[in-house]
Amino acid sequence: MAEEKTCCMCSQEVTDEEMIAQLDELIGEYIKQPGGLIPALQTVQSRFGYLPESVLLKISRMFDKPYSEVAGVVGFYSFFSTVPRGKYTVRVCLGTACYVRGGKEVLSAMKKELGIDIGETTEDRLFSLDVGRCFGACGLAPVIMVNDDVHQRVNPSKIGEILKAYAVEEPQEEGVAV
Amino acid sequence: MIAPVDKRIQSVKDLKERVRAVGENEVARILVCAGGGCLASGSDKVIDALREEAGIRDLDIEIIATGCMGLCAEGPVILMTDNMTFYQRVHPDDASVIMSEHVQGARTIERLVARDANGERAVPCLNDIDFFQKQTKVVLRNCGRVDPESIDDALEAGVYQALGKTLSELLPNDVIEQIKISGLRGRGGAGFPTWMKWNFTRQTPADLRYMLCNADEGDPGAYMDRSVLEGDPHSLIEGMAIGAYAIGASQGYVYVRAEYPLAVERLQKAIDEANEHGLLGENILGSDFSFNLEIRMGSGAFVCGEETALIASIEGRRGEPRPRPPFPAQKGLWGKPTVLNNVETYANVPSIIGNGADWYAAFGTEKSKGTKVFALAGAVRNTGLVEVPVGTPLGELIYDIGGGIVNNKPFKAAQLGGPSGGCVPKEHLNVPLDYESLSELGAIMGSGGLIVMDDDACMVDVARFFVEFVQEESCGKCVPCRVGTKRMLEILTRICDGQGRIEDIDRLIELGEFIQQGSLCGLGQTAPNPVLSTIRHFREEYVEHIRDRHCRAGVCPSLVRAPCQSACPAGVDIPGFISLVGGKRYSEALQLHRNRNPFASVCARVCFHTCEEKCRRSTLDESVSIRGIKRFMVEQETEMQLPEIRTNAANAAKKIAIVGGGPAGISCAFFLARLGYKPIVFEKEPRPGGMLVQAIPAYRLPRETLAREIRMIERMGVTIETGKALGRDFTISELKEQYDAVFVGIGAPDGIRVDLPGSDTKGVDDAMTFLRQYNIRGSVPVGSNVVVIGGGNAAVDAARTAIRLGAERVTILYRAYARRDAGLCRRDRGSPAGGCPDRIADFS
Repeated sequence: MAEEKTCCMCSQEVTDEEMIAQLDELIGEYIKQPGGLIPALQTVQSRFGYLPESVLLKISRMFDKPYSEVAGVVGFYSFFSTVPRGKYTVRVCLGTACYVRGGKEVLSAMKKELGIDIGETTEDRLFSLDVGRCFGACGLAPVIMVNDDVHQRVNPSKIGEILKAYAVEEPQEEGVAV
Repeated sequence: MIAPVDKRIQSVKDLKERVRAVGENEVARILVCAGGGCLASGSDKVIDALREEAGIRDLDIEIIATGCMGLCAEGPVILMTDNMTFYQRVHPDDASVIMSEHVQGARTIERLVARDANGERAVPCLNDIDFFQKQTKVVLRNCGRVDPESIDDALEAGVYQALGKTLSELLPNDVIEQIKISGLRGRGGAGFPTWMKWNFTRQTPADLRYMLCNADEGDPGAYMDRSVLEGDPHSLIEGMAIGAYAIGASQGYVYVRAEYPLAVERLQKAIDEANEHGLLGENILGSDFSFNLEIRMGSGAFVCGEETALIASIEGRRGEPRPRPPFPAQKGLWGKPTVLNNVETYANVPSIIGNGADWYAAFGTEKSKGTKVFALAGAVRNTGLVEVPVGTPLGELIYDIGGGIVNNKPFKAAQLGGPSGGCVPKEHLNVPLDYESLSELGAIMGSGGLIVMDDDACMVDVARFFVEFVQEESCGKCVPCRVGTKRMLEILTRICDGQGRIEDIDRLIELGEFIQQGSLCGLGQTAPNPVLSTIRHFREEYVEHIRDRHCRAGVCPSLVRAPCQSACPAGVDIPGFISLVGGKRYSEALQLHRNRNPFASVCARVCFHTCEEKCRRSTLDESVSIRGIKRFMVEQETEMQLPEIRTNAANAAKKIAIVGGGPAGISCAFFLARLGYKPIVFEKEPRPGGMLVQAIPAYRLPRETLAREIRMIERMGVTIETGKALGRDFTISELKEQYDAVFVGIGAPDGIRVDLPGSDTKGVDDAMTFLRQYNIRGSVPVGSNVVVIGGGNAAVDAARTAIRLGAERVTILYRAYARRDAGLCRRDRGSPAGGCPDRIADFS
């Protein structure tokens, strides 16, 4: 589990059928494990970036649980998504310290720059926008994360520069400070 | 998995040999903080650069990526273990000079070391830096000091020795007794006694028990658990193993936030290493005790910080809390007795067992023992992780360790405990940070999130922020939480939008108490706390939002045209007059100012200009010098222009009396005159102006400047009669008979005497009396050695006046934390050369 990343770096399209075909290999070990449903969902989402309905139906059969129960779990936790995510997930921290230091302005600037709202993905599938409640870098508020990269002391007027580094090519530097 | 024999530690005796002896020769090290904050600042590049330079120079030195050292504001930070030099804001380009000068040349690099509080003296040694010296690290003892990815390093530092002692010397009940004597209380929330929870679980008959760790650190603003997980995961493992032995559990789970990928990675590596070394798994250290530990990742639900919700999540279900009893100690994970403690709680356990319960109980207060880790953030200079004994005063944390408020702004409040906690206002800066004292103020210790706020924070908006958070994170199971917080949010939003009603405050209180009583779990029970707390300590701010539609912090967009205008007590249209000045339309600018405040010239000289502290420009570089622009504006008026007067015969026929010719009375007359009235002002003293002539010295406010503006007001139809005293020349009753309306504006002319022994002896005066005598009579006796108590404008005026009157030495005494309020911060323009600052000394 330690090798898994929390954000999907997969950029190519995978069909639902292909996803379903890989499920046995991917999550077979969790079926007999008590409480294995959530780790299984985490693994699948890490692999494919999201959890389409057909995959959830298959998972519920594998775990011998009603679809409503599996869907209820997916709907409950904010980490899970049933729609495709962008290549990069941008998360703006609205924890208390970041909020007090201007997180709201950062979020507004991000929405404007990307042209999407929270929970949405850009048309080119490059960026998804989310809100986080704390990334543990409160001393450097306000903070945003792009996949696993943390950007500190973010200035709303510099949002474009941060995103440009991801839009053009693979980021040359991680943890870019503005 | 069968552990490789060569790594397994077979016995407690073997374990003891793994500790590095004190003074034992060791390779010099450079410890680089790789905590979340420093990583975000680029410490991984610093590590790479240092390793490259060490390779080039073929140096025998280890460069270790450690956990969080605590001082996030100055990251990236590194520690040179040869002489404990601490370098701050290290850039990859510094690697070369660090190697050549420090490592090879044994010289300290001055520009990278910390400075003292005044920024004057270099403080190179870690142990001398206030931020570190004033802390007591128990939980964070290894964070930033050991390689978190090396079990060998942890073993050398003594980790797992307490486990060895436990297995060889203590029975399970002995362990629980030690925890009881230590007084350890849970560090994740309300502070339930840890030993009690363990004992309940142990006493419940069962074939299986579980040891769980809550690392779902959902409180916005708290990241101490992350620090332990990333910086010292082996201490957590050791603490859980000791606890599992005490309660008779063979299986444990750590529930970690998905947002902490590095923490998950390091903890998993640590678990794997511990298994290989026989410190987890079957027959630990050759004993009969076995304990397996696994990670379960959280999936983004704040409510899973609640114990029954967390258990539901591990079981693979929606994280909905369930009613208690039965408590998890009786019926927890998979229906078995279960202990659930916070990361920080477990991290305390090895120290208690290793150093003795009495050692731990010596920290803290009578009822709250040990230390507490706080995540210090917000408007404070030294943001980061701070560990102090429980009971440390809040002010000490913020000012002595935290270095005070950014930009020397005034402290307004601290939010403790995140969305479950409450705020502590500045009147309670002395509150000891323990469970009981904070509870009395409506706050909680919680997990230790501590957000410092200056006067740029709007407490109503902060309350709304927390309720919005809780509303979103509610699991939706019970109505009081789901619907109640929604109603609260609607009310708070209305208030912030300027549509509040005065009964909203009582409605919020009523709703809050109902939600507290009716909710099923801790999330709902504590959700109203931020609202009730802000109403309790900042009720006036709620009233201002509702009654005056005014947000003094300049935060709520509907109520604030511009933050600077919001900060102006008179509500002068600052953006307006500044724009007009920019367009060289000086007379129009002045008229705009006088629409709200007739004393433009006076204020251009003596106003304390709170507007500049709110100026948005300061987020780019510096505040606009609003008062300076105002002064330029008034100086362009060569010929006094009269403000617009709406001639009104009916109003002119009315008779209005104003008692008091100070700023209030004269302003009242001014506004009445603009409406066509012709009021008469009665002033007791020979000259009108009140405090403006009686208290403020002429060198700060030239008399002609004031007289000129008063003449303007007289030309508008106002009559001012001096030498007329209330009670001597007329009474209120008489005025009521003779006039249609009476305005009383007598001001607040008396000073406040200091309640100190000897304050009524000869030679002790209050500033108002002293300044009035000087300004009216032109002279007042003054000694040769003068001490002024206080740091405000009156104090500085008194000090400067005393020097002008011939005092040889003048000393100002004021509180260190109030430095921003001191008149010393501002040199008044036009002040004669050779003025006071050279002769004024200050003692904190």
